[in-house]
Amino acid sequence: MPEEIDIDRVAQLARIALTPEEKEKFSRQLGDVLTHIHQLEQVDVSGVEPMSHAQPLANVWQADEPRPGLPLEDVLRNAPAHRSGMISVPKIID
Amino acid sequence: MSTATSAPSALAPLHSQTIAELSARLVRGELSAVELTKAVIERTRAVEPQVKAFNSFDEADALAQAAASDVRRAAGEALGPLDGIPIGLKDVIAVRDQPLTASSRMLANFVSPYDATVTERLKNAGAVLWGRLNLDEFAMGSSTENSATQTTRNPWDLACVPGGSSGGSAAAVAAGQAIATLGSDTGGSIRQPAAFCGVVGLKPSYGLVSRYGLIAFASSLDQIGPFTRTVEDAALLLQAIAGHDARDSTSFNTQIPDYRAALAQAGKPSAWKLGVPKEYFGEGIDAEVSAAVERAIEFYRAQGCEIVEVSLPHTRYCLDVYYVLATAEASSNLARYDGIRYGHRAQGASDIVDLYFKSRAEGFGEEVKRRIILGTYVLSSGYYDAYYLRAQKVRRLVTQDFLNAYAKVDALITPTVPAPAFKVGAKADPLALYLCDIYTIGANLAGLPAISLPCGFTAGGLPIGLQLIGQPFGEAALLRIAQAYETAHDWHRRVPAL
Amino acid sequence: MANYEAVIGLEVHVQLRTRSKMFTRVPTGYGQPENTLTDPTVLALPGALPVMNRAALDAIIKAGLMLGCEIAPVCKWDRKNYFYPDSPKNYQISQYDQPICLGGAVEIELPGSARNVMGEHKHIPLTRIHLEEDVGKCTHGASDSLVDYNRAGTPLMEIVSEPALHSGEEAYAYLTALRAAMVQGDISECDMEKGQMRCDANISIRPVGSTELGTKVELKNLNSISYVRAGIDHEIKRQIALLESGGVIVQETRDYDGLTGASQSLRTKEMAHDYRYFPDPDLMPVRVDEAWKARLRATCPELPFDRQRRFFADYALPYTLTSVLVWDKPLADYFEEAVKLAGAQRAQPIGNWIVNDLLRELKAGGAGGAGGLSLSEVRVRPEHIAELVELVESGKLLSQAAKEVFAEMFATGESPAVVAEKRGLLAEPADASELEAWCRAAIAENEKAAAEFRAGKESAINGLKGPVMKASRGKANPKEVDATLRRLLAG
Repeated sequence: MPEEIDIDRVAQLARIALTPEEKEKFSRQLGDVLTHIHQLEQVDVSGVEPMSHAQPLANVWQADEPRPGLPLEDVLRNAPAHRSGMISVPKIID
Repeated sequence: MSTATSAPSALAPLHSQTIAELSARLVRGELSAVELTKAVIERTRAVEPQVKAFNSFDEADALAQAAASDVRRAAGEALGPLDGIPIGLKDVIAVRDQPLTASSRMLANFVSPYDATVTERLKNAGAVLWGRLNLDEFAMGSSTENSATQTTRNPWDLACVPGGSSGGSAAAVAAGQAIATLGSDTGGSIRQPAAFCGVVGLKPSYGLVSRYGLIAFASSLDQIGPFTRTVEDAALLLQAIAGHDARDSTSFNTQIPDYRAALAQAGKPSAWKLGVPKEYFGEGIDAEVSAAVERAIEFYRAQGCEIVEVSLPHTRYCLDVYYVLATAEASSNLARYDGIRYGHRAQGASDIVDLYFKSRAEGFGEEVKRRIILGTYVLSSGYYDAYYLRAQKVRRLVTQDFLNAYAKVDALITPTVPAPAFKVGAKADPLALYLCDIYTIGANLAGLPAISLPCGFTAGGLPIGLQLIGQPFGEAALLRIAQAYETAHDWHRRVPAL
Repeated sequence: MANYEAVIGLEVHVQLRTRSKMFTRVPTGYGQPENTLTDPTVLALPGALPVMNRAALDAIIKAGLMLGCEIAPVCKWDRKNYFYPDSPKNYQISQYDQPICLGGAVEIELPGSARNVMGEHKHIPLTRIHLEEDVGKCTHGASDSLVDYNRAGTPLMEIVSEPALHSGEEAYAYLTALRAAMVQGDISECDMEKGQMRCDANISIRPVGSTELGTKVELKNLNSISYVRAGIDHEIKRQIALLESGGVIVQETRDYDGLTGASQSLRTKEMAHDYRYFPDPDLMPVRVDEAWKARLRATCPELPFDRQRRFFADYALPYTLTSVLVWDKPLADYFEEAVKLAGAQRAQPIGNWIVNDLLRELKAGGAGGAGGLSLSEVRVRPEHIAELVELVESGKLLSQAAKEVFAEMFATGESPAVVAEKRGLLAEPADASELEAWCRAAIAENEKAAAEFRAGKESAINGLKGPVMKASRGKANPKEVDATLRRLLAG
């Protein structure tokens, strides 16, 4: 029995508008993928530490020494809309 | 279907020679970088309508770089073996003032204001940066069919896919449209297309090559690596891009050996122990692929290598672990593509929230949406432990399998892909396509170096790839083992008839 | 009518005072032209990656040590995923389940019964302190909103208190103490007007005696410490009035306007946030060993209340002096430097000179009168204050003359001895016979006072000193005058 995904809620979180056809298709396909993924439940993971990286490092940092950033023209170069040196977006209503 | 021809390299056209050969001719003054670049441009123009490997290329820019290389060389200031060599980049690697699209509508008009670290290093090595190579959108796929630009074709059979996601990078080397290229590999995206296109593809150890300036798919798995015609070329290109980078927190600070020198040291195959993981030869493997890999194993045995059967018992879970971790990371990595600061912005959005929904719906293709949805789901409230945390734990078990094997052997020998290249459009079901990666994902999960090299052709003329998986940061040994096979075979000298 | 008790927890965000940002080396700054403090990482351009700022880690560990937190031996970074235009990556790098500092407390003092009486002290326990990155700023126009990313990526520390405060006054005291600690530790400038310190308050009420927490309301945009106090008190009254009138408190976020003293609902509890926290795969964990902690512990300043207790114990200073000194670290350091030179027994007059005279001049801005000088700008050094007090104590300078000397020394930066000498204000060691003659004359002319002193009225001697000083035109050494008078009266 494929797992049911609350596709509307997930699409809401991901901020992607899905068509009804996409919702139906993705739900079905991802249900199949999740069924496959469920075989992970067969693995005994008791006492196993989760692994985030293949190369465990720690304290990877830089000294607090400022370097120049991007010139404003490079900041705005790819902006779909800007004015007064700032990125313009449709009005935000909280 | 095309027929394969075997051509001695010295007589081969410039565009299908190796870095090592061309570099030697540049050094001897028999060839200029401009001549070489022109030859590559000519070849690209000639075959690109069929192969469709490039998202874009800038001939004037390449020729200017080549001219600068010739000036350096004339002044006695040549920078090394890559100086003047045209090298293509997968279109996920940032080059200042050049387009960077990830083969996505989302970034169709994006021009990078900065260089990736590998780009800087190639520039410092004098390479002629040549073209932006096609891929599956945001590196999600195994065929380039998910590209918003076009589907790249396999130079060996134009009806077939080149593999993916770095399909353009692999096809360009196979078709002579670049002397070498860079790709990126998250679950097999270098090795699988290398196998499909009959070229050498190397995924370095995680942390060996900086990811700064590489568009992220899954940060804990992504690595940049070379596509070349020979193992020696892979060593030369790796040499230029490997090494610690303070701008990438996951970059490993380790002494980088001289890879080419390591190759020159005569290997002693009788001292090598190669492991054959039994889980990689199970059901679902194509008979011709299986036979070719068996012959390669026999070759090594005949050279005196000890061949040991090993077990990687958690192999069957690799795909599941990968699809949980990679999609989860991707769902977050791709959140920045929102049409605010750059990228596709939908017209007519009523407010900011609507803008997000519409821009992302219009900007992303189907596979990217599918993976973002899956990744968002596995991280969402109530599912994290069952999916993400569990997958991270199984990832450790997968890695432990490899480390256990390396207590007994120097490298593992496997097929790269269970089957040769498939026809464009043949795999409509995502899960079937995901299964292409079953032999390559393990090395990404465990962070190991792995190389694919040609080991034969099917009766239909499609290349077959042999995968060697090495120990962490054991690239030098891995390259030496791979070269031992390459030297004794001429699969890599074949060029597709285009 | 039931009696209610308010329960308040504060979430305070403090920008760390680093030169570059949390995860990239572009400079931090305030008031720069829009979008000029950005780089590929700040803007979340494709391919950009984060790398930690070591100084930011130093700063938060130091803050944790100062507030008595347990420093986690290992902590990691998590991504908090949500979409908003001021957040370039649409996730914020933060710390979810492994913050760098756990526990700890902020000691506060509530107002005393009078200005010169110490108030009640309490320790407000902390839940945690973690490090994250600040977001950009949106300004809202008529037809669009504009985004500036200069602030984005600035190191930001979130200090979360337990729900252990009960009034606006306590919150005020908490923020005052916290700000002083952070400023004195050189961790942040904590200028609320510049957004370097920001406070959200979670407020609920319950009947006195109840242990259950009521429905909480989050109060935002409290951009001064006074507004925090006023906003909380206003919210407590609002909630009590609502319950009293049979209403129900809804979980919501409210905006308090410090100018109008009113609040309005921003949003009621929407679809529960689902931030999909997971460990950031672009960053490695932080490991803090004993040596690192020891190095930072050595840089931690004494907290104000600890210093106050020491000033009571070591210098017997009155509360009013300490309560000025300890909140101003440079001033308290200045004071202690002077005390070191003049001796602890002279601490109180030194404190008086600093708190009364020096501070008055600083506020006035010196001779120019422009107002608001800082201690580092004045020419009077601690050794001058020490010398001045010694001159007065030894009787070489009278208090009236000392005031003159102080004013001159503040203006010129010359030492008090030089000023007093130059202006002829030093008490001169008078010729012993001349002094005795003046004293004899004073006794003869003031028989009544002499008789009263001989009869045991100690203060009567002052009536004899005045004529002697007058005769000497103010230059007699008061100690010698005193000794001579006593000898003659006893004789």
